[in-house]
Amino acid sequence: MISNFVGRVDNTFLFVITISVVFFLGLTAAMIYFVVHYHHRKHPKGENIHGSLPLELLWTVIPTILVLIIFYYGMVGYREMQSIPKDAFPVKVYGAMWKWTFEYENGLITDTLYVPAGKPVVLHLESRDVIHSFYIPAFRIKQDAVPGVPTKMWFTANEPGSYQVLCAEYCGDRHSYMLSEVRAMPQQEFDTWYASASKELPAPAPVAQAKKPAGEEKKAGEETGEGDPERGKRIVQGKGACTACHSLDGSRLVGPSFKGLFGRKETVLVDGKEQEVVVDEAYVIESIKNPSAKVVKGYQPLMPPQQLTDQEIRDVIAYLKTLK
Amino acid sequence: MASHALTHTGHGEINYLDYKGKYSGILGWIFSTDHKRIGLLYLSGVTLFFVVGIFLGLMLRLEQLTMGETVVSARTYNTLFTLHGVIMIFLIVIPAIPAVLGNFFLPIQVGAKDVAFPRLNLFSWWLYMTGAVLALVSLFTKGGFPDTGWTFYAPYNIRTTTNVPLAVFAVFILGFSSILTGLNFITTVHRLRAPGMTWFRLPLFVWALYATSWIQILATPVVGITMLLIFFERLTGVGIFDPAKGGDPILYQHLFWIYSHPAVYIMILPGMGVVTEIIPTFARRTIFGYKAIAASSLGIALAGSLVWGHHMFVSGQSYTASVVFSLLTFLVAIPTAIKVFNWVATLYKGSIHLEPPLLYALSFIFLFMIGGFTGVMLGVLSVDVHLHDTYFVVGHFHYVMFGGTMMAFIAGMHYWFPKMFGRMYNKRVATLAWALIFIGFNMLYFTMLILGFEGMPRRYYDHLPQYHSGHVVATVGSWILVLGLLIMIINLVRALKSGPKAEANPWQGTTLEWQVPSPPPHENFEEIPVVDRGPYDH
Repeated sequence: MISNFVGRVDNTFLFVITISVVFFLGLTAAMIYFVVHYHHRKHPKGENIHGSLPLELLWTVIPTILVLIIFYYGMVGYREMQSIPKDAFPVKVYGAMWKWTFEYENGLITDTLYVPAGKPVVLHLESRDVIHSFYIPAFRIKQDAVPGVPTKMWFTANEPGSYQVLCAEYCGDRHSYMLSEVRAMPQQEFDTWYASASKELPAPAPVAQAKKPAGEEKKAGEETGEGDPERGKRIVQGKGACTACHSLDGSRLVGPSFKGLFGRKETVLVDGKEQEVVVDEAYVIESIKNPSAKVVKGYQPLMPPQQLTDQEIRDVIAYLKTLK
Repeated sequence: MASHALTHTGHGEINYLDYKGKYSGILGWIFSTDHKRIGLLYLSGVTLFFVVGIFLGLMLRLEQLTMGETVVSARTYNTLFTLHGVIMIFLIVIPAIPAVLGNFFLPIQVGAKDVAFPRLNLFSWWLYMTGAVLALVSLFTKGGFPDTGWTFYAPYNIRTTTNVPLAVFAVFILGFSSILTGLNFITTVHRLRAPGMTWFRLPLFVWALYATSWIQILATPVVGITMLLIFFERLTGVGIFDPAKGGDPILYQHLFWIYSHPAVYIMILPGMGVVTEIIPTFARRTIFGYKAIAASSLGIALAGSLVWGHHMFVSGQSYTASVVFSLLTFLVAIPTAIKVFNWVATLYKGSIHLEPPLLYALSFIFLFMIGGFTGVMLGVLSVDVHLHDTYFVVGHFHYVMFGGTMMAFIAGMHYWFPKMFGRMYNKRVATLAWALIFIGFNMLYFTMLILGFEGMPRRYYDHLPQYHSGHVVATVGSWILVLGLLIMIINLVRALKSGPKAEANPWQGTTLEWQVPSPPPHENFEEIPVVDRGPYDH
């Protein structure tokens, strides 16, 4: 079975389908039989049968017992999904319009979810804007990422391979393109990948962030004062998910590209009137905090206000300036 | 249910269509307090919006015919499915049976001259039209109609640039229309029953509407308040549901479903009532298990009000809450199953006349069973985690709302058409339309169930390659279905003008409406009947 949940979920589903099909075919057959057999040409006079207590008790009690059994199986399966093993491998998942981003314990950030096969993995879900839902059909699991409410889900990928990740909670224009992939690898292969991918990580500064509660994270940032392009890069490509809509290479996505952003002349719409601006720090800050104030001509006012601290904004600006 | 008083009625009385009141022409309709004329006012609204809703659905299916952009942009698609949902639910499925057939037949079936509050009844229709017009206006005002889905989930409803406030205000107004209709029906059933019309002599359609009315009165205010809160939050920026301002998006889901799940029973119970009228008439025998059916309507209304959390198994709601909601959900299955068993048993030893109304009623049972069983599957906690927010859910609720409620509405229209208009439609064309609808329906929605199990999420503008062939089959099914629906509607509209005159009781029905002329006289009864037997005694 591809994940630890597939067997139980599919068996429960099959059990319910079997019961349903038996009742459905039985009732449909009875219906057709009665219509044919008691057609008025064969059976000119209807009989007034008002009811039958034994029969009515029977078809009250039997469905009651059946649905209770079905309920029980569903509950057992659900409990398993809710009981997260303590030794599970943790990964943070950020959902943002319209991109999934994954952050590992050591600060490594990826677009694809790499996991070791055969080992329980726990995902800590956070949303940057609206509700998203992290859905892996092949694993039979799904969990909403709710802004302001941290949620969790877990699984064990039994067979190495790639599996689709979809967003299952409607989140706007590019909802159906908010896709990603889980790549399950044998433990050794995973360890090799993890070590080599982590080599490119920047200096230790932000490493511990993943573990700290949100409040401390902010404090740590504010002390530094100046913008750090490395930290900015992590926000832009990581949890800020800016690159979901703004490319780094000049190509057009949902929003204007970040390439060569600073000093660029843009025609923007202010309350429907065109206006020229030169992109500077003030414009970027405004566009992060209140994106619909000045929307670049030719683009839709889709971007939600971003909840970044002043320090984080300084970091982002420092990074954007490097994108010549 | 004949009565001595009725044997000499009919002749010489002016029927409600020809009746001249204070106003004439169009004003004689839109200011009429006659429950029958108001029923027809609703019928024209429901039919008009139904055609619009069908067209929107057709566009959605057309977009899914190919991968990538087919006919509309993503933003337009998102607006279309929101509009399709809002129109179908608030303007059609909720009001269709109570406001059209209920308004027309409930007073006659209990032996009354009108509903308890005729002017309030007219006011309800005006609210309905106001709500509909407001929704229409929001299409063409700043930002356009919402792209949130009919569920208006927070905080997307705050983020989107579309005109959410006007649309939710429209829903708020429509809610009042629904509440007032419910109030009217409850009072009518309690106060205006004819002499001898005891509770257990009431037709089961009246029982179903009675149970529905209680949900309308008790649950609708919750969605009204919720819509006002969104309105307030959008306009003033106070954080109620938006976490960025300290609000709670999960609270929104609770408030929304506290109404919107019971609303599902507001939609289906009247449909069950219609089918319960049709089957004994065409089986020429009494209903099997009258009291069980009446009680199960109340049971569904009660239990159905306590299951809203089953929409939230993956929302982060607590384990205990999910378990309780799942258990309660299964309890609704029991009274529902009882009804199905009783309907099938009513065919036993009958003398069956397979006319178009019965065909529609039997296909209601068939389709509703699929809707019900898939509902059981969705109530299973572990299975729902996989199926939630996929096409399986979309297929399931179309089987219930469309295969159930709307099929019952169509069955009811074919059953009561000769009574309402005094003319008969072409039965052959009606049967042909039925066959097309039945085939197209299953092609469209059964395919959706399969796509959903394979993981196709709902509200997706684009689909991945593995879902493509399923989408093509569903889209072709939608064409067959729409063709059948159009033939059905045209057949009825043609019969209005040119159908042969119908007798007072063409189906040999036993309830009171079949004892008065077709179309019924202005005040239904020349003399209020005295009832001395049960509703389905053949």
